[in-house]
Amino acid sequence: MKILVCISNVPDTTTKIKFAEGNTSIDTTGIQWVINPWDELSLTRALELKDDQANGVKSVTVAHVGPASSEPTIRKALAIGADDAIRVNTSASDAFYTAFQLAEVIRKEGFDMIICGIESSDFNGSAVGGMVAEFLQIPSVSSVSGIKLEGGSPLLTREIDGGRETVKVSAPFVAIVQKGIAKEPRIASMRGIMTARTKPVKVFEPVPADTLTSVAGFEKPSPRAACRYIDPENPAQLIDILQNEAKVI
Amino acid sequence: MSVLVYTENWDGKFKKQSFELVSYASAVAGMMNTTVTALTIGKADMEELMKLGNWGADKIINAVNNDLSVFDSQVYTGIIADIAKNEGSRVIIFSNNITGKALAPRLSVRLKAGIGAGVSKLPLSTEPFTVYKRAYSGNAFAHLVINSDVKILTLAQNSFDLTEKPTGAVPESVQVSIDGSSVRTAVTERVQQTGKILLTDAEIVVSGGRGMKSPDNWGPLVELASLLNGATACSRPVSDEGWRPHEEHTGQTGKMIAPNLYIAIGISGATQHLAGVSSSKYIVAINNDKDAPIFEAAQYGIVGDAMKVLPKLVEAVKGLKK
Repeated sequence: MKILVCISNVPDTTTKIKFAEGNTSIDTTGIQWVINPWDELSLTRALELKDDQANGVKSVTVAHVGPASSEPTIRKALAIGADDAIRVNTSASDAFYTAFQLAEVIRKEGFDMIICGIESSDFNGSAVGGMVAEFLQIPSVSSVSGIKLEGGSPLLTREIDGGRETVKVSAPFVAIVQKGIAKEPRIASMRGIMTARTKPVKVFEPVPADTLTSVAGFEKPSPRAACRYIDPENPAQLIDILQNEAKVI
Repeated sequence: MSVLVYTENWDGKFKKQSFELVSYASAVAGMMNTTVTALTIGKADMEELMKLGNWGADKIINAVNNDLSVFDSQVYTGIIADIAKNEGSRVIIFSNNITGKALAPRLSVRLKAGIGAGVSKLPLSTEPFTVYKRAYSGNAFAHLVINSDVKILTLAQNSFDLTEKPTGAVPESVQVSIDGSSVRTAVTERVQQTGKILLTDAEIVVSGGRGMKSPDNWGPLVELASLLNGATACSRPVSDEGWRPHEEHTGQTGKMIAPNLYIAIGISGATQHLAGVSSSKYIVAINNDKDAPIFEAAQYGIVGDAMKVLPKLVEAVKGLKK
């Protein structure tokens, strides 16, 4: 079985987001770029599956749609343990465009299990995974919190409202994953970091594809009013405010 | 031309979020001078379906088939696409919930329709079609232009008020055909909690963090939630320590919630936690540390010892009920 993990390159979550040039793009000065947290967990799970020989996972590849400046993040993924990487040399202009590129890569290279994080922490689109599956006309299972291979057959745990399901699916398929897919992101070892430099990164040129959306601008959330403090000796006042002022209880 | 709104049903029943979606769809249809078609897949009875007509649905379709007992995103996408085409739908609206996230992306490719995911307001304009959506995990909002003919929106929960608009629409049941070979997923087991208010549905949530000091201290917190008819939640460290069930973990890699009231007790307010709760209408923070970042996100706060404050809050709520 060949596993592909799709990764995106995002600002570290603690970054103070600022905008440049008329609020149409993010100011990248001083930003620490990282693997999208959900994708990092996806990669971790893929490597756990490979670690167990009984699963018959031949390789774990990461794919990324982005310019050469994404290289460090791709190398991080290789350092964590991915066997090789694919980069489509173009900006990920929107989800549809990005998914189209990934689908093309998957068609060319052939993968049995494709894992995508449910959203990226920068755009929060929750779209690429499902789009890739539809482009390839293969099944997708979303809100996946667990992936197992039983006798080589995929068995997924899917979160539903107030519960969970066990889903059987035949390869090739896309698993769109969320929290629970791996306990902690795997950390690159010294050895991993050394070998990452020599692991192959195949670069593909993009194929022509449409973009269906564009960002006209960004705005910051309106500043919250300063917190109103209630005397800790008189918490009942809080309840009174919540009932009569905020009217939420 | 129409606005199609996908109103999921849970064992044939709708929830408050279903009616919020219809209210939203109705307002969007108003902006575009067109009508609303509400679609639900899986049998719901007439009385339940008619409720959708109270909130602005001009047409109500219940797609049914005996083989539709389990959710398969390819099958559902096919059904919705066919109906959208028949209805000439220009805008298709889902909730930004588990089902919406599973269907919107597939439908987007099927219909070549751009997606605005996690919108929390009506479109800012219809020409060009521009929506206001969450970006950078709640640290910013994007004005997103959708250039395709057909547009898909997923609406953030609890972001649009219910608006009564009775239409008297009579629901229609439509038999849809499913090619058995097209179903490539199978649900082999389902475990579902019953009775308790779901965290993602709750209007009031009381949440505990490491500042609660020990899992043994949760009694008053649970009591407060119960008195307020709310649900309980927790921060990531609490979930990781096993103090609370992991289903309660709210945050960037946990559940994203948007209740009317979120009470955070002994939670410092790390960025990742706030990303999961920042869309709450009101946030109340109780924390011993006056410098805890949670106070920057909260509208109301108490700087104090949770162990002393909680029992007094419980008493105060009990007093209300008398």
